[in-house]
Amino acid sequence: MANHTQHIVSSKLYWLIWLILIIATFLTAWIATIDLGPFNTVVALVIATCKASLVALIFMHVKYTSEKMTRAIVISVVFWLLLLLVLSLTDYSSRFAG
Amino acid sequence: MATTAVSAESKNYLNAEYGIRSWLLTTDHKRIAILYLISITLMFFIGGYFALLIRLELLTPAGDLLTADMYNKAFSMHGQIMVFFFLVPSIPAVLGNFLIPMMVGAKDLAFPRINLLSWYVYIGGAAMYIWCVITGGVDTGWTFYTPYSSLFSNTHVVEACLAIFFAGFSSILTGLNFVVTVHRMRAPGMTWTRLPLFVWSHYATSIVMLLGTPVIAITLVLVILERTLNLGIFDPSRGGDPVLFQHLFWFYSHPAVYIMILPSMGVISEIVPCFSRKRVFGYTFVAMASIAIAVIGFLVWAHHMFVAGISLYSALVFSFLSYLVAVPSAIKVFNWTATMYKGSVSFSTPMLYAMGFIGLFTMGGLTGLFLACLGVDVHVHDTYFVIAHFHYIMVGGAVLGYLGGIHLWWPKISGRLYPEAWGRLAAIIVFIGFNLTFFPQFILGYLGMPRRYWDYSHMPEWQALNVLSTAGASILAVGYLLPLAYLLWSLRYGKIAGDNPWMATGLEWKTSSPPPTFNFEQTPEVTWEAYEYEKMPLPEEVTLER
Amino acid sequence: MSDSPAIGETPLAIEHEARPELRHHFSDEQQQRNAASLGMWLFLGTEVMFFGGMFCGYLVYRRIYFPEFAVSSRSLDLVVGTLNTAVLICSSLTVAMSVRAAQTGNRKLQVPLLLATIFFGLVFLGVKGYEWNNKYKEHHIPTFDFSARDLMEKAGDRHVLGLDRISDSGQLQAREAEVQRHSQVFFSLYFALTGMHALHMVVGVGIFSVITWMAWKGAFTPEYHTPLEIAGLYWHFVDIVWIYLFPLLYLIDRRPGA
Repeated sequence: MANHTQHIVSSKLYWLIWLILIIATFLTAWIATIDLGPFNTVVALVIATCKASLVALIFMHVKYTSEKMTRAIVISVVFWLLLLLVLSLTDYSSRFAG
Repeated sequence: MATTAVSAESKNYLNAEYGIRSWLLTTDHKRIAILYLISITLMFFIGGYFALLIRLELLTPAGDLLTADMYNKAFSMHGQIMVFFFLVPSIPAVLGNFLIPMMVGAKDLAFPRINLLSWYVYIGGAAMYIWCVITGGVDTGWTFYTPYSSLFSNTHVVEACLAIFFAGFSSILTGLNFVVTVHRMRAPGMTWTRLPLFVWSHYATSIVMLLGTPVIAITLVLVILERTLNLGIFDPSRGGDPVLFQHLFWFYSHPAVYIMILPSMGVISEIVPCFSRKRVFGYTFVAMASIAIAVIGFLVWAHHMFVAGISLYSALVFSFLSYLVAVPSAIKVFNWTATMYKGSVSFSTPMLYAMGFIGLFTMGGLTGLFLACLGVDVHVHDTYFVIAHFHYIMVGGAVLGYLGGIHLWWPKISGRLYPEAWGRLAAIIVFIGFNLTFFPQFILGYLGMPRRYWDYSHMPEWQALNVLSTAGASILAVGYLLPLAYLLWSLRYGKIAGDNPWMATGLEWKTSSPPPTFNFEQTPEVTWEAYEYEKMPLPEEVTLER
Repeated sequence: MSDSPAIGETPLAIEHEARPELRHHFSDEQQQRNAASLGMWLFLGTEVMFFGGMFCGYLVYRRIYFPEFAVSSRSLDLVVGTLNTAVLICSSLTVAMSVRAAQTGNRKLQVPLLLATIFFGLVFLGVKGYEWNNKYKEHHIPTFDFSARDLMEKAGDRHVLGLDRISDSGQLQAREAEVQRHSQVFFSLYFALTGMHALHMVVGVGIFSVITWMAWKGAFTPEYHTPLEIAGLYWHFVDIVWIYLFPLLYLIDRRPGA
């Protein structure tokens, strides 16, 4: 009974994720040196978000948990963080416009 | 059966253990609630003392009782103590701590040791703040606005920030405990729609505590770093933007208003059905309104900054969003009133506080709409209109709810009844004193009296209203001291309450008064809906004429 | 009553006796573990908002002082920063593997994996200290004789900052003073962010020292390893913060031609 929510991830998958994360780290550092115009920041943030998602989903077991609450917390925290950032930026993106 | 009843009555959380150790190392949520009750009462009277100084100074137009510096410190420390050390922990840490495990049918909160830790962290913060007061105080206003706080003030800003950081950490731990308890510790059959509305509103409060408090924590840390290490994040002379501080500060401090008012709304949602002998009108709407207030409360913070130099477009967006909070608040007021409609209403002490709450909160809320309106706000910003508005919410709302809750659950907490006649008298005195104190301030603000001024000798015609306000404050003080006196008196001389003196629904009334250490002899199994007052008998002796 | 004492109590008491890790107010381990994990996730949520305040400041200033942020970011050591990120990712792997070792009851593996985690954590902190020391030598720490002079030397940097387009010496001086102020904002945020992150690492190393000691004593079994699990969540979270800090601080603008 105590075990049925636990999910044991195979060590192969852990190593694979580790490899992807390492490659992505060097990849993001390398891409930053190529001129993509305004997309440098976008690419860097997309890679970072992919890495963070892998850590959360696999290493932190968000993918395997039967807990709805874990996912609800992750989603609402991201939402609230965006709330803070976006609503603050409504000020800064238009304050100097006039 | 009889023997078990007697033994249950004689053995409770208060007499389970004796000695100072058994209190300071307790993990019993009820004892921790008592520890909180004592400590926040102390902080309340310290904060009240500064309020007294403010009102006495404003009795005459000239700045004669205090110096300007001392006056600055008086209103700063009044605000900081009342907000961070009294209002934020008041209902959650005392009544919430005491009642939530019982209301959901649990033996304790999910993390009893973290609960005790939260009290120690609070005490650490409070002690540091008192140290700050004794060694010279702080004069930044309760808002710590930069660059004054980070660059110019030579008072004890760092200590005050640290103290509030600790208080915030304690409130995070409390909120965390509540959320986990509500999710994980509910008794069998206690579904979400059977939870008392008190629990719902504390759940919403906890969301705000968890997501808002860390932001002010880091903001205050940055102010400390700016003062001590000269980091230049908010200081315009070093490239920083002081308005950024205000954004971060109000991202917490506006929702913090809901940390103060939501628990109070929860108390009112318990009192009104109990003393109207009716189910709550529109349970789901009241519960969802709590969550809606918690969420929408995060979308409106910049209405505190309309004249601070934020972008006009941003101000328009925030002005519009600010109106939205009125919707769930109005739903609640409407539903409480509808609950009372055609109910069998008895005007006992908690009900008097609840009715006071509904009236005063409505006034506070409606004047809030004035302030949400961009054009009007520019006119009354930083005047006594704002002061009156938020005291209608925080004193007329939060404190009245707190006092009502203390009276409602006093028989459960202490096992004794308070003297009903004195209770009613005090409730009426509080209501009269409160209105006399703060209603004149609406007029003063509209006439243009700025907040935080200690000398208005250029406008002597403001004196009459200020005298009224100070007179009201002294009546209000009597209204606060009376309950302190008769509640303490009742601990020894009050009538034995019995398990359920109000014939209220809710699991907390199904156990003995005071409750045993683990709350219930057996884990209860809930098979009924919330607030089934039509099935409850009327209370006997305690209720007087209807 | 007295001769048939406590029916139903004795088995429970014995049960609780046999399960010392089960605290009295929970009905079973499942409930206790779920509560602990939920509590940790909520705490991590508050941590996101804690760092969020600084991220908000970062975003705002990066937007209004972009050239200064780009140039200041370039003064950070990209190679060292990348390698340090890799170190932290390795530590996350060892944490995940140690939780797995506990789940599968592999006691022998737990302690080495946890020691490796602590080792990687300390390496990360050491490298961070090395980088901070370099910043100190370059006069890039606010207050400590801060100077942005070296950021205004290279032609590319001068172009980004717009210094090469100013001919009037008075205006040039004013702009240079501005660059000095604005890059100081970058470094204030850099030290606030990395400092707060490092503080969390220090706390993490402390927590994992206790966890390692517990693992050494054989406290973790496939049935019960909640402390290890929630400490692991904390460690991964600190890792995620760095995954964002790395591009945000080091990679603002590394384009060669710019």
